[in-house]
Amino acid sequence: MSGSPTPHAKETGMPKHQRAIVVAMVAVLLVLPHLLYPVFVMKVLCFALFACAFNLLIGYVGLLSFGHALFFGWAAYVSAHAAKIWGFPPELAILSGMACGAVLGLVVGALAIRRQGIYFSMITLALAQMAYFFALQAPFTGGEDGLQRVPRGTMFGLLDLRNDLVLYYVVAAIFLGAFLLIYRIVHSPFGQVLKAIRENEPRAVSLGYRVDQYKLAAFVMSAALAGLAGAVKSQIFQLASLSDVHWTMSGEVVLMTLVGGLGTVFGPIVGAAVIISMQNYLAELGSWVTVVQGVIFVVCVLAFRRGIVGEIAAKLKKPL
Amino acid sequence: MRNLKSMLLGAITLAGLALPAAAQVNVKIGVLSDMSSLYADLGGAGSVAAARMAVEDFNAAAKGMRVEIVSADHQNRADVGSNIARQWFDRDGVDVIVDVPNSGVALAVNGVAREKNKVFLVSGAATSALTGEQCSPNTVHWTYDTWALANGTGKAIVQQGGDTWFFLTADYAFGHQLEADTSAVVTKLGGRVVGSVRHPLNGSDFSSFLLQAQASRAKIIGVANAGGDTINTIKQAGEFGIVRRGQSLAGLLIFISDVHGLGLEAAQGLVFTDAFYWDANDGTRAFARRMAAANRGIHPTMVHAGVYASVTHYLKAVEANKSAADGKATVDRMKALPTDDALFGKGTVRVDGRKIHDMYLYEVKKPSESKGAWDYYKLRATIPAAEAFRPLAEGKCPIAGS
Repeated sequence: MSGSPTPHAKETGMPKHQRAIVVAMVAVLLVLPHLLYPVFVMKVLCFALFACAFNLLIGYVGLLSFGHALFFGWAAYVSAHAAKIWGFPPELAILSGMACGAVLGLVVGALAIRRQGIYFSMITLALAQMAYFFALQAPFTGGEDGLQRVPRGTMFGLLDLRNDLVLYYVVAAIFLGAFLLIYRIVHSPFGQVLKAIRENEPRAVSLGYRVDQYKLAAFVMSAALAGLAGAVKSQIFQLASLSDVHWTMSGEVVLMTLVGGLGTVFGPIVGAAVIISMQNYLAELGSWVTVVQGVIFVVCVLAFRRGIVGEIAAKLKKPL
Repeated sequence: MRNLKSMLLGAITLAGLALPAAAQVNVKIGVLSDMSSLYADLGGAGSVAAARMAVEDFNAAAKGMRVEIVSADHQNRADVGSNIARQWFDRDGVDVIVDVPNSGVALAVNGVAREKNKVFLVSGAATSALTGEQCSPNTVHWTYDTWALANGTGKAIVQQGGDTWFFLTADYAFGHQLEADTSAVVTKLGGRVVGSVRHPLNGSDFSSFLLQAQASRAKIIGVANAGGDTINTIKQAGEFGIVRRGQSLAGLLIFISDVHGLGLEAAQGLVFTDAFYWDANDGTRAFARRMAAANRGIHPTMVHAGVYASVTHYLKAVEANKSAADGKATVDRMKALPTDDALFGKGTVRVDGRKIHDMYLYEVKKPSESKGAWDYYKLRATIPAAEAFRPLAEGKCPIAGS
C-alpha cells in the first residue's frame, strides 16, 4: 500500500518533495553530460525509461511481465530499419518503433491478461521467446550480426543528432516527457483504478470496473513506452541487436526495477543507473563483472528488500 | 615513483630532442574482447598478453614511441562494445581497437572506428561482412573469416576425396551462411551434398541429427555451428562412433581451445581450417612458450597470433607515418607496407582491409599419436594465400571499387 489516502485535490498535483526531486533531476540532467560521458548517460536514460515503463505494469497493476524485451528489442529493430532502409527522419523512426511496441503490446497483452500470476508471466515469456527466435532468423534483423550503422539523421530538420551533445538533450527531453507521462498516468483516476486492481481484483470487478480492459490498456501503455526506450536506444548506438530481444534483457529490467524499488516513482531510474554503471565501469574487471554483479544483487535482496528508493521512502515516510 | 616516471619521461624527451627525426609518438591500444564468457579462452586475457608481447618485441620506447595498452570486456553485447569503443575514442584517447571476437560486436565497433577515423584491427571476429558490404577504410581483418574457413575446409576435403557431404547446421544466419558457402565450394568441385539438417541454437541433444547424418552415408559430416554447439556435436558424434565407422567430421569453426576442451579422445579425426598452429616452426613455438607462461598455460589460438601480428604491423605503420592520429592514413600505410612477422610469415593487407596469408587444413591427432599436452594437430594441406580468401570482386566492398 502506498501510504494513507490523500484528499483528491492534492492527488492531481505533485507533492512538494517530489516536485523538488524532479527539479533537481532536471538540473542534474542539464549538467551531467559535462561531467560524464554523454553516450553513457544516454544509455542510462534509455534503460531508466525502459524500467519506468516496466514499473508501470508491475508496480501499479501488479502484473509481472517476463517478456518486456520483446517490445524493447522489436521497437529497436523497427526504428533502426525505418531509419536505415526506409530513410525515415529520427522522429518518425522513433515513433514507428513506439507504435510497434504498442501493437505488439496489444497482441501479447490480449493473450496474457486472461491468466494471472505465474501463468501470466509464463505467457509473456513464451511469446517473447517466439519473437526472439523470429528475430534470430528473419533476414531483415541481420541475425546475430544485428542491424548496424543506423544513420542518426537530423531531427525535425533542425537538430543534427550526429553531435553527441545535441542527441543527449533530445534524449533527455524524451526521457523527461515520458517520465512525466508515466507519473500522470499513475496519479490519474485511471491509475487509481489500476492500483485498486493490484490491491484487490475481485473487489474492483464488484465495483463495476472492467478489469480486463484496464489491464490491457496499462499493458499497451507499458509496451509502447518500452518501445520508445528501445527505439531511442537504437538511434543512440546506431544499432539494434539480438541482446535487446533476448530474455536476459527482460530479466535485467526486472533486476533494475527491484534494485531501485518496485512501485516507486523514482526507483526504476536509480535501479537503471546502478545496473548500467556496473556494466560500464566494471567492464575493465574482465571476468569479475558477473561475480560483482551477483554479489551486489544478493546484498540488495538481503539488505534492502524494498529497493534503494523504497527503503529511503520508508525511512522518510514519504512516497517517492 | 612519480619522480622516476617524470625522470624517465624527461630522458625520453631528451632522447627525442637529440634525434629530431624521432619526435615522441603516443599510441594507445585498446584490447576489446570477451573476458568472461564463451570466447574468453580463444581471445580474452590471452589477447591482452599477445598485444603486450607485440609492443615489447617492437621495442617501441627505443623508437621514440610510447605505447599504452588498455583492455575491457564487451560481454558479447553490441551496445556494451559500441559504448566502450566510443568512450575509448572520445574520452580516453585510444587510437586503435584490437581483437573483438563476436561478429555483432565487431560490426558495431567497425562503424564507430570509421566514424571517429580511428583504427580497428579484427582478429577474433568471423564475419566476412567486415571486408564485404560493410568494409571500412579504417579496418583490417587479420586472422580468418567465415569464407576462408568454409572454402578452405570444403575445397581441401573434396580434393582429397571427401566428395559426399551432409551438413549439421545451427538454425540461424551464421550457420546458414557457413553451410551455403561450403556447399557452393563442394558442388563447384564436383562433390555432392546429400542432405542437411538444421538444429536449434544452443541445443544439447544432437542424437537424432547425428543419426540422420550417419544414415546419409555421406563421407563427410560438415559441422556448421559454433562454440558450445560444436563441442556438443563432436562429443556426441564420438559417443555414436561416427568417426570410428569411417565417416569424417569437418569442423567449420574450430579453435585449438575447443580441441583442448574436448580432449583428443572425442576430437580425433576432426578436419578443419586454421590460420595458425603453435607447433609449426621455431618462431611459433617460441611465441607459444611465452604465451603459455603469460596466460595460465593456455597455448595461443589463431586469434592470439592475429592480435600479436596485427599490433606489430600497426606499430610499423605508425612508426612510418610518425603519428597515430589519422586512422585512415595509418591503415593506408598498413596496406602499402608488406607484412612480415614470425607467426604468419610474409603477406599483404588487401585494399578492402583483408589480410592475406596462407591458411592450413589440420586434422586432430589420435590420442596415440600425441606426444604430450597441446600436441593436437597434424597438417593435411596448406591452402596458398592466393586461394585462401574470398576474391576481391566477390566481396562487393564499396571502397575497393575504384
